[in-house]
Amino acid sequence: MADKKLQIAIYWGAGCGGCDVAVLDTNEFILDVADLADIRLWPIAVDGKYRDVEHMSDAELDLTLFNGAVRNSENEEIAKLLRRKSKIMVAFGSCAHMGGIPGLANLCKKEEIFKTAYLDNPSIESRNQVIPYPQTKVAVGELEIPTFYKRVFKLDDVVDVDYYMPGCPPAPAQVKAVLLAVVGGKLPPKGSVVGASDRSVCDDCQRKKNEKKVSRFYRPWQIIQDFDTCLMEQGILCAGSATRGGCGVRCPNTGLGCRGCYGPLPNVKDQGAKLLSAVASVIDSKDPKEIERILAGIPDFVSVAYRFGLPASMLQRSFQP
Amino acid sequence: MAFEPRIVGFLCNWCSYTGADLAGTSRIKYPFNVRIIRVMCSARIDPTFVLKALSEGADGVLVCGCHPGDCHYVEGNYKAMRRYALLKKMLRSLGIEDDRVRLEWVSASEGVRFAEIVADMTEKIRKLGPNRIKAELIHDRAER
Repeated sequence: MADKKLQIAIYWGAGCGGCDVAVLDTNEFILDVADLADIRLWPIAVDGKYRDVEHMSDAELDLTLFNGAVRNSENEEIAKLLRRKSKIMVAFGSCAHMGGIPGLANLCKKEEIFKTAYLDNPSIESRNQVIPYPQTKVAVGELEIPTFYKRVFKLDDVVDVDYYMPGCPPAPAQVKAVLLAVVGGKLPPKGSVVGASDRSVCDDCQRKKNEKKVSRFYRPWQIIQDFDTCLMEQGILCAGSATRGGCGVRCPNTGLGCRGCYGPLPNVKDQGAKLLSAVASVIDSKDPKEIERILAGIPDFVSVAYRFGLPASMLQRSFQP
Repeated sequence: MAFEPRIVGFLCNWCSYTGADLAGTSRIKYPFNVRIIRVMCSARIDPTFVLKALSEGADGVLVCGCHPGDCHYVEGNYKAMRRYALLKKMLRSLGIEDDRVRLEWVSASEGVRFAEIVADMTEKIRKLGPNRIKAELIHDRAER
């Protein structure tokens, strides 16, 4: 092992693997990474065991890119292990940053999730309804699987995080830029959001923006859109105004509203509240009944407002009676 | 000790705050449960304020502005009206009961109305009981 090589780990918690693919999407650059760095753990791509990480000395790793949220005890255990072994811990991608899509599960109780997943679902055979328990007694002893938590947590709910890299997934060009910054030692103050801009998605969006007056909201497939005009003006929900830029305006450029994966703008505490303000302000009516009718076109606003950030929101979900 | 609701009241400077002031100078009695914050206009109330109040333990949030058509800034209260409509939808999905957050129009001459609104809201929230969001989050974090 060459002494100067960067020691890195890439790990996934409750994620989809898209962030790992985003690292691979840097194309031939990944070969340069392999030259510059030893990848010590990357479950999706290279061999490496938890035991090997446990045997490392503390802070032996230079960098951990942790993607995925914390859904179960395994996610938390490995997050804590990697935190101990790494000099720099990066919450990589929307799930680690804010809870991400898995975070939407926080709209339901654990019991409801189990009911849908293991009991009350058309694809489950009636004799095969099994709820997994953390401990199971079998002939040879007790078997253990990770415990499913009551809520989905973001990474910094369980460990200290040095940098946040937003995106679902982070744009490959940004991944490359951040890795090069680590190699070059050019790092911003701890706690910074890296690989993103400090301005909104609208700022980078090329569509023309005029005054917005909307009397009906549309799903993208319900309307033939004008590709040169702001989506919100056409009644298509777009989170661009409440979302940090740096992604390259990927979604609006393909005709979809911004999903909001890059998270809130600097100094904004709650992305959903800001999006709520923006959406409400385009409604063209002063009559409460008419406003209700227009809003009926958005059946599930909470999932739009916090598509990627429910565990990072101010209120989260309350189940109080 | 009996539960006393804590309500954060955001009142617009021009109508509602003056209305609340009138309630005071007219010596109208109303529950002490509301803590008033004066803002320049009901449109100044970012939904973040409401969420923050609730997340930090307020049992209710009252937003008051000028009657439609009477806004000092012409259209501010309409903006508040639209935001409120969407905010209520979102709060319902997040498990916040309807009676905890309320938007009312109170003019500068409606001291009595302001007192009635506060009394009514206080009683409704008293029935609901305390806002447990903060405790719930702390509990779920600790118990996982």
